[in-house]
Amino acid sequence: MSARGLWIDVEFCTGCMACEAACRQEHDLGPTEYGIKVVEQVLNGGQTFNYVPIPTDLCDLCARRVQQEGKRPACVHHCMAMVMEYGPLDALIEHMARRPRSVMWSPKPRPPRRPYEDLPGTTGE
Amino acid sequence: MSAKGQSEVKVVRSTTWSAGTGCHGGCGVELHVRDGRLLKVEGIAEHPYNLGTLCPRALALREYVHAPDRLLHPLIRRGPRGTDTWQQATWDEALELVEQRMTGVRARYGAESTLFVQGTGRDVGGWLVMLAYNFGSPNWMQSLPGNSCYHPRLLSMKIAMGDYVVPDSSQFSGKRYDDPAWRVPECYLVWGQNAVATCNDGLHGHWIVHALKRGSKLVVIDPNYNWLASRAAIWLPVRPGTDGALALGMLNVIINEGLYDKAFVRDWTIGFDELRTRVQEYPLDKVSQITWVPADKIAAAARLYAAGRPSALQWGVPIDFAPEGLTVALAINALWSITGNVEKPGGMVVARPAYGVTSYPMSQAAIEAMYGDAMPREQFAKRIGADRYPIVRDLHWRAQPDAVIDQIFSGKPYPVKASFIAGTNFVVGAQDPRRWRRAFESLEFNVVVDLFMTPTAMALADVLLPSSSFAERDGVRAWWSPLTSQNRALRVGECRSDAEICFELARRFNTKFQYATLEELYRFYLKPSGIGLEEVREKGWILPRAGSRELPYARHERGLLRADGKPGFETPSGKIELASSRMKAWGYDPLPSYTEPQFSPVSTPALAAEYPLILNTGSRSIAFFHSEFRNIPSLRAMNPEPLAQIHPRTAAQYGIANGDWVWIENQFGRIKMRARYSLVHPRLVLTQHSWFYPERVREDADFSAYEANGNELIPGGLHSKTGFGGAQVKSLLCRIRKVEERAP
Repeated sequence: MSARGLWIDVEFCTGCMACEAACRQEHDLGPTEYGIKVVEQVLNGGQTFNYVPIPTDLCDLCARRVQQEGKRPACVHHCMAMVMEYGPLDALIEHMARRPRSVMWSPKPRPPRRPYEDLPGTTGE
Repeated sequence: MSAKGQSEVKVVRSTTWSAGTGCHGGCGVELHVRDGRLLKVEGIAEHPYNLGTLCPRALALREYVHAPDRLLHPLIRRGPRGTDTWQQATWDEALELVEQRMTGVRARYGAESTLFVQGTGRDVGGWLVMLAYNFGSPNWMQSLPGNSCYHPRLLSMKIAMGDYVVPDSSQFSGKRYDDPAWRVPECYLVWGQNAVATCNDGLHGHWIVHALKRGSKLVVIDPNYNWLASRAAIWLPVRPGTDGALALGMLNVIINEGLYDKAFVRDWTIGFDELRTRVQEYPLDKVSQITWVPADKIAAAARLYAAGRPSALQWGVPIDFAPEGLTVALAINALWSITGNVEKPGGMVVARPAYGVTSYPMSQAAIEAMYGDAMPREQFAKRIGADRYPIVRDLHWRAQPDAVIDQIFSGKPYPVKASFIAGTNFVVGAQDPRRWRRAFESLEFNVVVDLFMTPTAMALADVLLPSSSFAERDGVRAWWSPLTSQNRALRVGECRSDAEICFELARRFNTKFQYATLEELYRFYLKPSGIGLEEVREKGWILPRAGSRELPYARHERGLLRADGKPGFETPSGKIELASSRMKAWGYDPLPSYTEPQFSPVSTPALAAEYPLILNTGSRSIAFFHSEFRNIPSLRAMNPEPLAQIHPRTAAQYGIANGDWVWIENQFGRIKMRARYSLVHPRLVLTQHSWFYPERVREDADFSAYEANGNELIPGGLHSKTGFGGAQVKSLLCRIRKVEERAP
């Protein structure tokens, strides 16, 4: 089986942040934690109204939800513009060919980096 | 019980609609609960309204439902109004006090002396009507000057077409975009609405995006360049407040170039010749001068719209916010009518509640049908504003808000002494907010119903009753389609739904109240449908039956729009009235026209020299709904501070850097907001609306109701002589300057 990923038609992403909120709920994240983050392209310091959702290191493509509940990832399911798709990367790449101004992601979770955790004198104890 | 000792997760299907998703509702949701906690909300993929999608506010429902600052118990004020001096009470104590005080006012001054006040149209307005009716007062009202949210547009459609129409996004079909009867609009005109940040009046904003993906060409009329404008084929950056002139200019092009649908105009409209004569007063060079939009762009937009087979049109509240909003809306009615886009797939279709179920009355007739014999005609005639405004008297179904405020101060023709306020925070949200607050402060007794402590509750409530989110409600809803059910998933604290609160009080106020339980009332609502309450609850939503009069298309040809069953429209002439016989009978201009706003660079050049920028208030944030949600951490993180958007070039003129705190001021006041560079019109400042700081509501002298509230800069009473229209909410004048930080 091909690795899975996300395809997003950013031409029609409105920056509504439903993906952020859906992910936050699904993974019980705090109010300012993100499993996916919407960023606006900035050109020459100005607005473009081009938004790109970017999965973070927390994104596991909703492995539990997908495998146990048979649902699409929470972000894909709730996207109001309906511009996100989940599937095998080799299938998603065909969307890329058909739709310019789209992106694909192949996320893989990794634990947060805590570079100073083990150093003495940094924990405040 | 599961192995971990926890109860099983219960999944309840329901429909959003209440304070607490913060919207006009309609989305189908699954609510996952366990042990009295909401674990998750999930959009229902097969639901025809939202197709599984949800917005960030709905997806933050857990935070909202279980927010630490939720009001959980009835509170009775023990100190003076405005102070944080509450005593927790039982429901019995609180309702007893409300009953005693309100019946006391009724005995002394008459039932009409008590107001029933709602905010925007959610699962509370219908309940307030029921309560008012059974109390005996004709004075239910919206807490907005000039009824300037949707009502000018609604009335324009009622007057011109006899029904309400909406753009057809396939929402009446269970197959949605796959329905072969539906067509993608070739042209989609969005007039004054940032639809990707909002869902209003039964329209899911992103349906427009879905149409774009399917190839609709977009025309955007908005002074500000936004997401939709960035995707538009044609964008018309109209000068705020001049939409009426723009609509007449577009009509001029369509009529003079012969681009209208001649057969439709001949068969289904009256008044075309008068309209043709009227639009000659609006040649494009003049319209261009008024609107600041180049003439060739107006012509191109008119041609693209007229050429669409079909064209859809979605309009926003800025139309209502013009003092002459009603006539602006009439002009836009004429646009879709003469182009023959009425009752066509992908055009404009008549919207009626599914199965004729009225859960939220939107006409006098609907109210009388529901509670008719509870109020004598002579009592109904005492509705405030009905003597002054014939449309209020003959067609509308609420008291006129500005006339109410005037009457509170004058006491004429009868005194106003008490109020029951639910689901509105008008101490922040009304224009001229301090005058509204003073008016209600002068009343003998105020009840406020809300989920959180608001400036309105702090300023006015003698009794504060805790209401609920939609997750805590039962009910049925038909606005417009499908017929849906709200099924309660949990209870929080002692909170009750608006329905439960109003129902209990209605029984107390009217000993002959005909319903013993809310379920009986829901069954009464459902009667025209022939569908049982259990069936709606079980299914969650039910689409109109094939062939029914709630389904488009071409109903005017089939005799499905008029009560008498004849072909045509439910107007006096049976046709769409481009020149309105009713407007004429009321003594108003039967045709659309343009009036320059009272305060503008054109009307008041001296004032404009002092205040050179246009104040465009009310930009929508996906994180908020009017004054709500600023206490919800994840949503506040999306929009932590009140934003004033300004073009970088304009900001540079005033020495304002991106992110500076700025004063925005005019002849009515000043407010403080955070400057945000954006591609708004260089001549204006675009501010968010109804900001207050929930974290300071109990401490600040003014509950932080005014500091960042655009309504501080807006006077009352600018509405047109019809009684409808806004106080130049989008088009007043202002200036802007940096807030100087004091040296440390």
